[in-house]
Amino acid sequence: MEFKTTEYKRCDLIKTSGRIDGSNAPQLEEIFNTLTEAGKFKIVYNMSDINFMSSAGWWVLIRTQKKCRRYKRGELALACVDPKIRGALDLVGMGSYFKIFEDVTAAVGSF
Amino acid sequence: MRKATFSGRFDNLAEISEFVVGAAKEAGLNSSAVYAVELAVDEACTNIIEHAYGGEGKGDIQCCCDISKDSLTITLRDRGRPFDPNKVPVPKSKANLKNLKSGGAGLYLMRKMMDEVRFEFTKESGNILTLVKCKVSKSCVPD
Repeated sequence: MEFKTTEYKRCDLIKTSGRIDGSNAPQLEEIFNTLTEAGKFKIVYNMSDINFMSSAGWWVLIRTQKKCRRYKRGELALACVDPKIRGALDLVGMGSYFKIFEDVTAAVGSF
Repeated sequence: MRKATFSGRFDNLAEISEFVVGAAKEAGLNSSAVYAVELAVDEACTNIIEHAYGGEGKGDIQCCCDISKDSLTITLRDRGRPFDPNKVPVPKSKANLKNLKSGGAGLYLMRKMMDEVRFEFTKESGNILTLVKCKVSKSCVPD
């Protein structure tokens, strides 16, 4: 999976592209784990190039959010979520566990 | 009728998706319905690999897409363990994040995304999952 991370003063930005399903959800989790294991818990996930995400991907986001929010040390914020992905996320009630921003600037600025 | 057989591996999920998305578009479904079909089939195949076969590369998934005037019917067949949908817990909505446990979302989504979800199991045929999306459908995902 191709990914890009950008370090900001107050948070880290991660961007991946394409589809997230059972085949590459573990790779996505590794990317997030690299950050959280380095003590970075303020993360923005730029989903502008994600066109499909199954529940395997959502659980990665949920597990990462749990790590980030533990001891109130941070947050995983989502940016530019495709309306279809967001619709499905909200349908199972998972959308409520995330702060979702229309653009990356707003998400980064929230920290 | 479109018909294809895929080895039950997570690497094949994208190809299975491509196959059903092609049928959904050919059936004339709108973009939100196409996404609903793609998501439901992905969740179904993931469940087959994880639960029916208990891992990757242990059996095939046969996928048939049948387009009629009013609907698209997708049939998924596998030779894994019998699947009993009644044993799958319904995901808790509004659960505290700390207490949230994975599982059950796939089946819940399938039921929400599709107009009809039917499970059958016979010793002769194995598991048969039928998913129906009507052309005039309850839309779960925004356009």
